[in-house]
Amino acid sequence: MLTSDSVPAMAKQKTENTNSAIRTAAEIRKDFPILARQVHGKPLVYLDSTSSSQKPYSVIEAMSTYYETYHANVHRGVYEISEEATARMEKARVKVARFINARQSKQVIFTRNTTEGINLVAYSWGNTNITAGDLIVLTEMEHHSNLVPWQLLAQRTGARLEFVPVTDEGLLNLDVYEQLLQQQPKLVAFTHMSNVLGTINPAQQMIAHAHFAGAVVLLDAAQSVPHLHVDVQALDIDFLCFSSHKMLGPTGIGVLYGKRDLLEAIPPFMGGGDMIRKVGLRESTWNDLPWKFEAGTPAIAEAVGLGAAVDYLNTMGMENVLQHEQEITSYALEQLQGIPGLTIYGPDVTKRGGVISFNLADIHPHDLASILDQEMGVAIRAGHHCAQPLLERFNLAATARASFYVYTVREDIDALVQGLHKALHIFSL
Amino acid sequence: MAMDYYREYILDHYRNPRNYGKLDDPDAHAEDNNPLCGDQLAIDLQVDGDHITAVRFQGRGCAISQAAASMLSEMIEDKTVEEVVQLGKNDVLDALGIPISPARTKCAFLSLRVLHRSLALAGLEKPTIDNTDDE
Repeated sequence: MLTSDSVPAMAKQKTENTNSAIRTAAEIRKDFPILARQVHGKPLVYLDSTSSSQKPYSVIEAMSTYYETYHANVHRGVYEISEEATARMEKARVKVARFINARQSKQVIFTRNTTEGINLVAYSWGNTNITAGDLIVLTEMEHHSNLVPWQLLAQRTGARLEFVPVTDEGLLNLDVYEQLLQQQPKLVAFTHMSNVLGTINPAQQMIAHAHFAGAVVLLDAAQSVPHLHVDVQALDIDFLCFSSHKMLGPTGIGVLYGKRDLLEAIPPFMGGGDMIRKVGLRESTWNDLPWKFEAGTPAIAEAVGLGAAVDYLNTMGMENVLQHEQEITSYALEQLQGIPGLTIYGPDVTKRGGVISFNLADIHPHDLASILDQEMGVAIRAGHHCAQPLLERFNLAATARASFYVYTVREDIDALVQGLHKALHIFSL
Repeated sequence: MAMDYYREYILDHYRNPRNYGKLDDPDAHAEDNNPLCGDQLAIDLQVDGDHITAVRFQGRGCAISQAAASMLSEMIEDKTVEEVVQLGKNDVLDALGIPISPARTKCAFLSLRVLHRSLALAGLEKPTIDNTDDE
C-alpha cells in the first residue's frame, strides 16, 4: 500500500525525458473528436479510460462508411455489398488475430464483450469439463465478470472455488498460488491487469505453472490487451478474453481467443443462425470455427470499427502506448504525492499500468467525482469498480479512480490535482 | 457549481450526523444500499401509539446520502406516523436546498426509501412500489 509520502523514487526518475511522448500525445488528441468538447464550461478531461476508452475519427469513420456504403448481412448474400461486408468483417478478424499473435484467425471468436467471452467458456467448456469436487482457482482481485460466471458454474456442477489472496502492496500472493496448484485445479482464471489497483500480474509464469499442474487457464485481458503487447502464443494461454471498447474500438463487440483443440472440442454456447452446418427438426450439426460460436447476425459495424482500432494502435506501436502510460502514471504518482490526506492503493509504477485508485481524507469518492466534474470538467470513476471482494479485502467501500490512455497528457493530471485541492477546500480540509 | 452541492450545513450533517446509531428494540427497522455506489443505510424507529418517539440511523456513503439521512431524521422526530408517511422526495430536496443531478438522486433519496420501507415492514404504511422496490 502506498501512501502519499511513500511514492517510490522510481516515479521521479521516469518522468525525465518525456517531451517527445507528451508532444505525441498532444497530437494524438486531435484524432479524438470528443476531447474537443466542454463540460460545465470547461474542457473535458477524460480520466476514465479503464472503464471505456474514447474513439478516434478513423474508428468512427470506418463504422459510418460501412453503414453508408456497404451495409448488408454477412455470410449469406451472394450479391456485391454482402460479399464486401463479409470480407471486411473477416479482415477485421485477421487484424485482431495478428494483433494478439494468434496462429489462426479462426481462433478469434467475436463476442459482445469480455464478460460474454468468459461466460462462453464457463458454459461451453465448464459444463463439459467440470464435475463435482473439481477445483477452480481464481484470485481476490477479479472483476465481477471473472468471478460470477465461475460461481454459477460451481453452483451448476458442485465445483470448488479457491482464491489467490492479494498482499497489502496489491500483488497476488504467489506462494499461496503454488500451494493451490498442488491441489491440481481443473481451471485457473485470473486477470492480466487489475482494473482497480493497476497491478500487472506475472501471467507468463502463472500460466506455465498452472499448465505444469494440469490446469486449463483463462486470462481476463480486458485491461491488458489495450495497453500492452499481448502475445497469446508466447503466453501459451488457453483462453483469453477482451473488449473492443477499452481499446479505442466501439462498444458491443469483444473477443474470445482459444486454443484450437479446446475450441473444436467444446459445444456451442448459443444456438441460432450462422453457427450451424445442417439443421434438422430434431438435431443439427455445427459450423466450423469461429462461426460455431457466433450465433445470429453479428456486430458487423463494430467488427469493422474494432479492426480500425487495431490499425490505429499498430500505427502507434504498443511499446509506445505502454511507455507513454508509464510516463504519465509516474508523473501522476509524483504530483499526487503532494496532496495532504491522499492514499493511493496498489503497487509501485514498475508493477502497474495506467490506473490509480485513491481516497482523499474523509471525502467520499462520489463527492470527489462530483466536485472534479463540476469544478474542473474532470471525469473519473468512483465506487467499487465491479470488484467488491477486492475492496472488502482492503476494508474499503469505494475508491476514486483515475486512468490513462494514449491521449492522456500532463495537463490532464494537473487538472486532476487542482481539482483535488479544490475538494479539500470545499470540505474545509 | 459544486460549491452549491457542498454547503456548510450539508458538510456539518455529514461530519456530525444527528440521531446516529441504533435502537435496542426498534418498532420499525429497514436497511438498504445503493448497489452501484456502495452507500449503505439502516433506520430504526421507536413508535408509541401514533407518534414516532425516537429515530436512529447508521450508514456509510457520500456526503449527500448521509446528510440527507441526518436531515430526514430531524424531520421525523416527534412527528405523528401519519405525518411521516406523507414525507416525500420534495421534502428531502427542500431540506438539502441544493440542485441534485440525475446521477446523485439515488444518494439523496436512499434514506427516504429506507424510512418508508421500515414503516411498511412494521405495518404502519401501505406497501407500495416506492417503498418496496428500487426506484
